Amino acid sequence: MKFPYNDIVLEHFKNPRNTGKIEDADGKATEGSPACGDMVSIYIKVDPDTKIITDIKFESYGCASNIATASIITEMAKGKTIEEAKKITWKEASDALGGLPPIKVHCSVLAIEGLRGAIFNYEEKHGLVTNKEKTTEEVVRRRLKRVMNPIKGLDMVTTNLVKEIEVKDGIVRIVVDLPEDHQFSAVIKEEAIEKIEALWDVNKVIVEFTE
Amino acid sequence: MLEKVYYLDNAAATRMDEEVLEVMKPYFFDSYSIATSEFGYSMGLEAKEAMEEARNSLAKSLGAEANEFIFTSGSTESSNLALKGVAQALGSKKGKHIIVSKIEDFPILRSARALEKQGFKVDYLDVDGDGFVNINQLKGLLTPETVLVSIQHANQEIGTIQDIEEIGKLCKENGVLFHTDATHTFTRVPLDVKKIPVDMVTVSAHTIHGPKGIGGLYIRKGTPIAKLIDGGFQEFDLRGGMDNIPGAVGFAKAAELVTEAENERLKEIRDKIIELVLDKIPDVILNGHPHERIPQNANITFHYVEGESITLHLDMYGIAVSTGSACFSKSLEGSHVIAAIGGDHERAHGSIRFTLGRYNSMEEIVFVVETLGKIVADLRKISPLGKE
Repeated sequence: MKFPYNDIVLEHFKNPRNTGKIEDADGKATEGSPACGDMVSIYIKVDPDTKIITDIKFESYGCASNIATASIITEMAKGKTIEEAKKITWKEASDALGGLPPIKVHCSVLAIEGLRGAIFNYEEKHGLVTNKEKTTEEVVRRRLKRVMNPIKGLDMVTTNLVKEIEVKDGIVRIVVDLPEDHQFSAVIKEEAIEKIEALWDVNKVIVEFTE
Repeated sequence: MLEKVYYLDNAAATRMDEEVLEVMKPYFFDSYSIATSEFGYSMGLEAKEAMEEARNSLAKSLGAEANEFIFTSGSTESSNLALKGVAQALGSKKGKHIIVSKIEDFPILRSARALEKQGFKVDYLDVDGDGFVNINQLKGLLTPETVLVSIQHANQEIGTIQDIEEIGKLCKENGVLFHTDATHTFTRVPLDVKKIPVDMVTVSAHTIHGPKGIGGLYIRKGTPIAKLIDGGFQEFDLRGGMDNIPGAVGFAKAAELVTEAENERLKEIRDKIIELVLDKIPDVILNGHPHERIPQNANITFHYVEGESITLHLDMYGIAVSTGSACFSKSLEGSHVIAAIGGDHERAHGSIRFTLGRYNSMEEIVFVVETLGKIVADLRKISPLGKE
């Protein structure tokens, strides 16, 4: 059996770039996945005039996939403007790493979220955040695009796992097209709840399964 | 492949002993046939005789009679048969209630889940911080409808040995059948069915330097049990399927080769691992009981770091261990055992299991702990946790 990680991933895992903490960071964020337990912190320094990320560092409490992705996105984001860096997707990071095992994709998404979180933190602190958006079915669907389906290594929306979404009085109900005792049901449920609960006007998230 | 391998994952699989291979060989190349009838030809009968000798020897090592021991494909099948077989035999006669512990291995837990789907009620016993089941809780849960209690002899991850004598007595007093999964204790921790009132025992060859794909189930005479695999009346008509004669012969040899001296030696190595790690590496915690544990198991959590990262770094040095981290598991869920002993997610995330076997030495351990210390320190440098 071939080793599940390729040489690029292993190289970044063994020699991660830009590790550590920036004490006087302009923006910082810590993202954690309650499902797999990994955690990643991203720190950025931003040039106030050009909005270019001049320095970036990360810390990881995670597996190889998490460390390697965090390492490569710090390289990708450095020298870009925050607008450009925001648009880096996990697909681009994963491609730059030569691909990741499907089951490991959600560990890598965490690093991307850390980067976006750090940029958002910078924008918030500098009054660059636009108005709060009301949660709709569409907003929920967009958020669920960040929950991985470990079976396919793609998100749960693209892989048609989301059968139903209902938003009513601050309660979001999601029906997942899987049996409740499926290998990955517990992990998908936890991640979906975590992503949707974070929305400002959501009080409760209910995840149901079709069987 | 690296030149030297430090294999410390013997709970998953073991290197087979050459002596085991030697006794198996004739049943692949010389007496390779199967006795389809007791009135068959000599070659088949010879092979059959070897199989019965193996059965006799394995049964004896448990204090049982030969006709109380059946061969299976391994511990997964044995435990499936114990749970589902008894459920099927007694479900409609006695009741639909089963009790297992929360820290059983997957064959038990998932058989229990499967039975729940068929209308059985299953209670999952809690364990304390060391991993011991709560016997009082068990007492309170037994009802006239309870058909089976299944509690492991020792745990697959943290190695804690249960007091199956107490549990067995309690079950017997209440007229409830008792099964124990002895996959990780067979030949390593004494188990005599004449002394311990247990009705079924799961054992396997793969954990004791025997061949893969062979295990057994002790079934006390008179235990009501239905077969799961229909076939040609093999194994006292409790398990159809072609006799695995080389496997059976190899299994018996493997069991024979485990000695009290070897178990003592493994205990010393185990204690050395625990002592060195606790002494040399800060912020660690031992999982499981300090000494009520199987000779071949040590399980330690390294705070602030993730297990798969540790195992991957160790692999680069040829060191093979396992972890209870969610990142390592097939379902992306952290160890249910660490969760049940009251550990938070983090305790499972950085847990490393070392399991020993015949080919491990004291010298290896010094190198392993030294390497581990370096790796953990490096990973902690880039971790956001444990800094202040």
